[in-house]
Amino acid sequence: MYDTGKIMTGLAAFLVMLTLPFWYSAATGKAGERPDPVLPKTEKKCVESRQYMRDYHMDLLNRWRDAVVREDRHIYVSQDGTRHEMSLNNTCMKCHAERAQFCDKCHKYLGENPFCWDCHLDRKGVM
Amino acid sequence: MDESRRAFLKTAGCAILGAGLAAPIAAPIASAVAGAVSAEAMPGELKAARWALVVDVKKCLQRENCRACIDACHVAHNVPLIKDPAHEIKWIWKEPFKDTFEAEAHPYLEKELADKQVLVLCNHCDNPPCVRVCPTKATWKRADGIVMMDQHRCIGCRYCIAGCPYGSRSFNWQDPRPFITTGIKPEYPTRMKGVVEKCTFCTERLVKGLAPACVEVCNKVAGPGTMTFGDIRDPGSEVARMLKTGFSIRRKPALGTEPQIFYLV
Amino acid sequence: MLEKALHGSRRYWTLIGFLSAVALVGVVAYLKQLSAGLVITGLSRDVPWGMYIAQFTFLVGVAASAVMVVLPYYLHNFKAFGRLAILGEFLAIGAVTMCMLFIFVDMGQPTRVLNVILHPTPNSLMFWDMMVLSGYLVINVLVAYVTFTSENKGVHPPSWIKPIIILSIPWAVSIHTVTAFLYSGLGARPFWLTAILAPRFLASAFASGPSLLIVLCLVLRKYTKFDAGEEAIRKLSEIVTYAMAANIFFVLVELFTALYSGIPEHKHHFEYLFIGLHGHNALVPYMWTSQFLAVTALVLLLIPKIRTNFKYLFPICVGVITAIWIEKGLGMVVTGFIPSPLGKVTEYSPTLLEGLITLGIYAGGFLIITLLYKIAVSVREELEA
Repeated sequence: MYDTGKIMTGLAAFLVMLTLPFWYSAATGKAGERPDPVLPKTEKKCVESRQYMRDYHMDLLNRWRDAVVREDRHIYVSQDGTRHEMSLNNTCMKCHAERAQFCDKCHKYLGENPFCWDCHLDRKGVM
Repeated sequence: MDESRRAFLKTAGCAILGAGLAAPIAAPIASAVAGAVSAEAMPGELKAARWALVVDVKKCLQRENCRACIDACHVAHNVPLIKDPAHEIKWIWKEPFKDTFEAEAHPYLEKELADKQVLVLCNHCDNPPCVRVCPTKATWKRADGIVMMDQHRCIGCRYCIAGCPYGSRSFNWQDPRPFITTGIKPEYPTRMKGVVEKCTFCTERLVKGLAPACVEVCNKVAGPGTMTFGDIRDPGSEVARMLKTGFSIRRKPALGTEPQIFYLV
Repeated sequence: MLEKALHGSRRYWTLIGFLSAVALVGVVAYLKQLSAGLVITGLSRDVPWGMYIAQFTFLVGVAASAVMVVLPYYLHNFKAFGRLAILGEFLAIGAVTMCMLFIFVDMGQPTRVLNVILHPTPNSLMFWDMMVLSGYLVINVLVAYVTFTSENKGVHPPSWIKPIIILSIPWAVSIHTVTAFLYSGLGARPFWLTAILAPRFLASAFASGPSLLIVLCLVLRKYTKFDAGEEAIRKLSEIVTYAMAANIFFVLVELFTALYSGIPEHKHHFEYLFIGLHGHNALVPYMWTSQFLAVTALVLLLIPKIRTNFKYLFPICVGVITAIWIEKGLGMVVTGFIPSPLGKVTEYSPTLLEGLITLGIYAGGFLIITLLYKIAVSVREELEA
């Protein structure tokens, strides 16, 4: 074929870039790393089940936000019937008081930067 | 360009555009609904048909250098202290009588009154022009009359500021956090740069059965009667009684905004 | 057809390079604004809108003025505008793009701009502004594309484009009327609360837009083989004359109501503009320059011997554009906020970064116009060869 040298070099570079996440993590020793959020010591039950919160906490918070701010509604009835005040500060942060210990752990691992903290503060006043 | 190559590029472009537009519609809006939002009120929550505030100007003027309401509000809501008047943020403050009530100020007014400082804040109008112009409903009128702000929705277009005849609204020209000097209150969020803010009649306190911060501290410091907050549609409320028995004015009534801050003069 | 923009003379590439460089500087300046916030502008609590919104207002007029070419040509078969039509449409595309960019850079939270579509609010004029501007862009791109490719192929454009072209006529009027309504419905700003604002906007648009088109045609005449035609340019200059006359008349009419009634609320703004208010007079020299340019331009335009001489017409049109740019781009927006609702005068002047972002957007818009005009010119040159 024409330009074999250029094409092969390009292909090689492409493959290196494509597999970058794998060999870079292996090289820096972070391959097996998992996020380790610090769970609350006293409370064992969250507003909803752990799996639900893992999957949908963003949607839940959005619904709470719209309900509290826009509809002036403040009580949430969980799937298991318990009532909670819809409040990041008064409910979520009552147990997950420090974002650096909980929220940030998974978010940093995923490179996720939610803008909640542009305005909201955790219980310790950390922005 | 080759016709078939051109046709391919056109089709590919349209396909990507179509997929991009269709994806959010086609993808199931997943949030396996678990619990439900309830319409119950919080214990002790204050409710009204129509919230209003009555300011007794004469009583307020007796304490000329008092800033209790201003400080209480700004501290409770993490309002930044920005000294540059071009970028300052204020929810409640004082203005000279002659500027607040242009129609009532005339050249022969007792000289002292013209320059006396009158309390001004968002009037929570019944016919709010700011709500009419907001393109995203980031500000709207609640059923109880409070003109509310949703800083999550605000795009920072400042149309509401242009529409407000009272200058009640402030824009965050920069990140306000470095300017919050009075000790941040974690239980109330700050705001981000690029959104508008103003007095919200302390909705977060009404939910807990508390009067707005300004009213509470004024009653504590100056006694009852200077600032009175209540349901104007409730004939038995203090605000209704005060308006029936005293002479009250509002700011710029000719504009038809129907402000709900009444000034007893 | 697009490849025509990729081949050009040295002069062409120099222009492209220059405009790209200015646009790039604007982008860098905007990144600074994104990170620091709108605090880097000269805007303030009392004057929340300034240079960006003023440029948007001026350019909506330029975009709408395409109707002054489309109406005679497509509705009344004024054949002389045949070669001009595509230039008018391309100018409209560039102008609308600049309008949207100016609004975008003015937003405090630009990433949330789609909220206007996600949460439509028909009572807000800003919602309608976004809708009509987007629609106008789509219409102009579609019409320009279909008519020009048909011409390139030497066939008549398909019949379905005709109703869309006719639609663009009221649509053009609507974009500037909606923009005027943005201002003229606000009881809070008595300077803008006047029914004549929309007619004023349209009159000044139909003077400044065709003037810009004349300037561009004369430039094309000088540097390319594209000649829009004597008759076309002369007709445009007549349109500018009538529009300018209407515009000046509207200004005088406004001045009369404000000054004769003597109502402070109305008077104050014109005082600020022409003699200064409470010692603040930053805009006074600009306003008098604008009126002087406008009246001089009109007087000269009314003299046929001068109007038909393109050597004089060029600077006169530049004068018209400058006069209206000052009136709309500087005078109109900021004065609405002076004095403030509490009677204070806070003046406004743009900062360097604000100016760089503004120039960057102008450069970007003119880059688009240059590229599109290059295509039009090259295709026409080929067709006529």
